[in-house]
Amino acid sequence: MTSSASALASVLAAEGSGGDDGFQAPTVEEFYPEPIAEFDLFGVAFEITRITLIMWLATAVMIGLMVAAVRKPSIVPGKMQFIGESGYSLIRDGMARDVIGPKGLPFAPFLASLFFFILANNAMSIVPLAQISPMSKFAFPLVLAVIVWVIYNWVGIREQGAGRYFKDAAIPPGVPIGALILVTPIELLQVFVIRPFTLAVRLFANMFAGHMLLAVFSLGTVYLLQVGNFSAIFSVGAFAMALAMTFFELLVIVLQAYVFTVLTATYLNGAVEPAH
Amino acid sequence: MNILAAESHNPLIPPVGEIVVGTITFAILCFVMIKYVVPRFEQVFVARREAIEGGIERAEAMQAEAKAALEQYRAQLAEARSEAAQIRDQARAEGQQILEELRTQAQEEQKRIVARGEEQLATARQQVVNELRGQIGTLAVQLAGQVVGESLAEDARRSGTVDRFLSELDGMAAAGDGAGGATRVGGSNR
Repeated sequence: MTSSASALASVLAAEGSGGDDGFQAPTVEEFYPEPIAEFDLFGVAFEITRITLIMWLATAVMIGLMVAAVRKPSIVPGKMQFIGESGYSLIRDGMARDVIGPKGLPFAPFLASLFFFILANNAMSIVPLAQISPMSKFAFPLVLAVIVWVIYNWVGIREQGAGRYFKDAAIPPGVPIGALILVTPIELLQVFVIRPFTLAVRLFANMFAGHMLLAVFSLGTVYLLQVGNFSAIFSVGAFAMALAMTFFELLVIVLQAYVFTVLTATYLNGAVEPAH
Repeated sequence: MNILAAESHNPLIPPVGEIVVGTITFAILCFVMIKYVVPRFEQVFVARREAIEGGIERAEAMQAEAKAALEQYRAQLAEARSEAAQIRDQARAEGQQILEELRTQAQEEQKRIVARGEEQLATARQQVVNELRGQIGTLAVQLAGQVVGESLAEDARRSGTVDRFLSELDGMAAAGDGAGGATRVGGSNR
């Protein structure tokens, strides 16, 4: 990932530059802004950066909206309550009930937290002045994926018993014995390593790439306007692309939050119900 | 310089500090959602369902009540009808009875009136007969005295002759009475 990202950066840099004052394409350094505060706690280095503040802001706004939605709950909902209810119902009925199954409703609060947390943080990638999603920092999707991983394994062991759960994971029912040589390692790897890893990487890579695209076209527009020759007319094209990519990013924001949550629900479904 | 910087940061190796910060932030949101927001949403859902179901239940109860009232009304109506029919029958029977009684009474009265009439008739006849007997006796003696020209003033002989005559007359009258009386009774009955 690093090498490909830097390769992309170098290619863009090479294309944009006729000399030292050429187009400076965004690099991975975009995601490592100067820390506002730095401190050590129990031997762990903490860096409070712009992105950390953006995450706190997004989370605080989401909590504020949710609390406002239920501050005065009534049978006939107001506008805020209606929006909140619609969002929560989407997760509760569409995922907890329909994807996980009859035992799914207790997971609705967690799934809703997951969805709204990712949605709020993703949304920061197109919010003016912020314009970077905390989810494009691998640490945050990883945290969520690890939490999901712990929960679905714990639920699987609790619901089916440790022996049954690990046996079903390693030896899926209905697979011919000969094929187990191949299937068992793949299944074990999938359930215990690939699932959380792909969950984290999918979200991270989408937001990372989205930010890169937006940054390239936005900075490109500015550069083409400032370069001082006929290239200024191409800034219109670059701006159009930046605009199109912003709308595309909006789609990605919602879709990735949804995909992350729906996959979590699917894994929980496998944990709650024994394989057939 | 950019490339060097890029190599100094690997985006897939997250700093521990960020992981901790991310965990805490997500935990706070989870806490608020699970402890405060979601229970209230669920509360609203339950309240709404109850409101809708309650409305339906109330409507059903009212419908049942109306149905019961209708049934009761119908039953009462049928009862009243049967009662009326009963009363009517009873009245008719009573009327019949009264009519019968009146008829019987009328017949008795009629019989009584007829009997009294007969009695009166008999008495009058007897009176007439007695009167006539005396007058006929006197007349007959006078007539006989005048015809024969001799005095029949000697009481013993005279009364013996008159009595004999009257007895004969009585015998004739009795025979005539039986036939005549029967005819008279039949005539008054009509």
